[in-house]
Amino acid sequence: MVELTINKIKVKAEDGMTILEAAKSVGISVPTLCHLKDLLPTGACRICSVEVENQRNLVPSCAFPVSEGIKVETNSPRVRRARKTIVELLVENHPQECLICVRNGNCELQTLAERYGVREHRYQGEHKKHAIDISSPSMERDPAKCILCGRCTRICNEVQKVGAIDFTNRGFQTIVTTPYNQGLNISDCILCGQCILVCPTAALREKSSMKEVANAINSKTKYTVVQIAPAVRASLGEEYNLPLGTDVTGKLVAGLRRLGFKKVFDTNFSADLTILEEANELIERITKGENLPMFTSCCPGWVKYAEQKHGDMLQHLSSCKSPHEMEGAVLKTYYAKKMGIDPKDIFVVSIMPCTVKKYESSRSELSEDFLPDVDAVLTTRELTRLFNVAGIEFTDLPDEEFDNPLGESTGAAAIFGTSGGVMEAALRTAYFNLTGNHLENVDFEEVRGLSGLKEATIRINGNAINIAVVNGIGQVDSVLKEIREGKSKYHFIEVMACPGGCINGGGQPVHQKTDKVISRMKALYAIDKKMKLRRSYENESLQTLYKEYFGKPGSHKSHEILHTNYFDRRKKARKITFEKN
Amino acid sequence: MHQDIFTKYTPNDKSYLIPLLQDIQTIYGYLPEDALSEIAEFVGIPLSRVYGVATFYNQFRLAPLGENVVRVCRGTACHVKNSSNILYAIEQALNIKAGETTRDKKFTIEVVNCIGACSIAPVITVNEEYYGRIGVKDIPNIMKKYQSKPKVEAQKKTEIGTEKV
Repeated sequence: MVELTINKIKVKAEDGMTILEAAKSVGISVPTLCHLKDLLPTGACRICSVEVENQRNLVPSCAFPVSEGIKVETNSPRVRRARKTIVELLVENHPQECLICVRNGNCELQTLAERYGVREHRYQGEHKKHAIDISSPSMERDPAKCILCGRCTRICNEVQKVGAIDFTNRGFQTIVTTPYNQGLNISDCILCGQCILVCPTAALREKSSMKEVANAINSKTKYTVVQIAPAVRASLGEEYNLPLGTDVTGKLVAGLRRLGFKKVFDTNFSADLTILEEANELIERITKGENLPMFTSCCPGWVKYAEQKHGDMLQHLSSCKSPHEMEGAVLKTYYAKKMGIDPKDIFVVSIMPCTVKKYESSRSELSEDFLPDVDAVLTTRELTRLFNVAGIEFTDLPDEEFDNPLGESTGAAAIFGTSGGVMEAALRTAYFNLTGNHLENVDFEEVRGLSGLKEATIRINGNAINIAVVNGIGQVDSVLKEIREGKSKYHFIEVMACPGGCINGGGQPVHQKTDKVISRMKALYAIDKKMKLRRSYENESLQTLYKEYFGKPGSHKSHEILHTNYFDRRKKARKITFEKN
Repeated sequence: MHQDIFTKYTPNDKSYLIPLLQDIQTIYGYLPEDALSEIAEFVGIPLSRVYGVATFYNQFRLAPLGENVVRVCRGTACHVKNSSNILYAIEQALNIKAGETTRDKKFTIEVVNCIGACSIAPVITVNEEYYGRIGVKDIPNIMKKYQSKPKVEAQKKTEIGTEKV
């Protein structure tokens, strides 16, 4: 422990803490831009500069360790002036289009400009000009709005370990981009959108599908239905200043009905469906002893990563479609037939916490008779915008129930949105399938939480089943390496590309509040806990669906409609024919 | 032809990135795209980072050099003697920007910080020849001199062609 003085307040701090952390512990906020919690500081943006006595220059508080007796000023005139200058310089080389910007009102640069009272353009110079990259079906990259804080590159390289974007060139020409400034769609990017969550400005954002959804709702011929992912209900409240982790399921359903959707369904229904299919597939593979370990395939980011980087491992992926694609497939086959609607007229919208799902819905193999299973995907953020346009006061909405039959779900489906949830849900069903008994204690605490790799051994009928939960795509390479070397002991592995699972997906509300992931996670486990039915196979609508349509899990029909296939998308080693100079 | 380079280094060690890039450039005169991917895989870092390093340093080139390399000195003495105008004139004459190569691969313009011939500023070099105390007016003539030089390989081809006839 060391004692230091910050703004004349005596502060006790632990060794190795930074001035920024010490200041925060006594309620002094220091602005940051390039700083990312839990990652090594870079000290690049200098906005967190503070004055330390006997130091000639201002120091970056995010990278300056505390030491005994230092005197820190976070709010001296010199500090304020320096920060204001930094903001002024950033603002000057930034497109002056806040009014028509997607992040207007939720932009860190805007907030800083406001806080430091930037009221005039004191500097004038050359502006950077870069084209917007709209090549990807999920995301847009607008380097002109980039302030080069580097948070996206660090999330991409250090947390997700994908490394799709990085700084290139230097000086005024510096730009965060893909190799050879190619489009995101042909880069290594898996479109997980973690970079969007950390981007202080609108340099990275989702590609909006609001227009096509609005058109479909207003179309006279289309039967527009919507489904909501489990993770959205735990996070949407944040956009309306409700406390972190508020469950807004009822209001969400009411709001979507008021938007004009004919039916509001729950992706949780098909999450239960996914579990039945996946548990069946797992048991099949274990009895046959082939293609083990089996990976979950709910996360399209993980699927994309596997296809691009590990094309030789695709046989390990479960062939199940992801839940929202299954829901769409069931809607356009079973539901259309049952209700007597032409599948061509059904327009399925998914509200997802995810940006990759936009890309996923455009995959040609996820379709029935040339009709895509899901027609449009909206992120949580886009839904808020739709609500705002429609004049829906979200917080005043009554609680309403989902439409049936594709709206019923069990507690097992609710936890799909968090890391470890799919695993837990699958185990509850697999236990029943293998033993014929209901599992008494359905809570698997070992697979919950936010650590990178969670493992457990479950004993079913005297057989040990080794499971692992990979929390974040950055952790998956070591698991894959073990499998390649034939050393892997696992039978079943869940992979979620985003750290924390869908609750921290790239389509979720953008803010830097701490504990957002853990609060959303708690909300989902609370939904699970209060459900009467907590095992997927107990879902009554689902039992009817199998009775009337699919027969049983893994049947020919379910393989046709609920399963998919993957492609090796590695960049093939091209023949090297260089021109010698 | 560059596979032997990799044997000199241990894989998955970031510190070999720049030596590898230099070696590749020594062989090809520039950094071909496929070689960058190979280096990324060998060193164990993403291609984006390799590309970032390759574009950060002036010594690395991502496109092959033209037949004639025009180096324009932008050092202090030359700057005082209006070398920015010289550079602009060359860019206009060749219709490319500094750092680029013409479509017919005849010329590449490079900006150099100091050639070391300040006494004859402003100075440019074309290949190994120096042109000092030049003005904007001299540029077209100098460029023309190299433009008209027939390409050696092209000459050979025509010879073969005539033989056949």
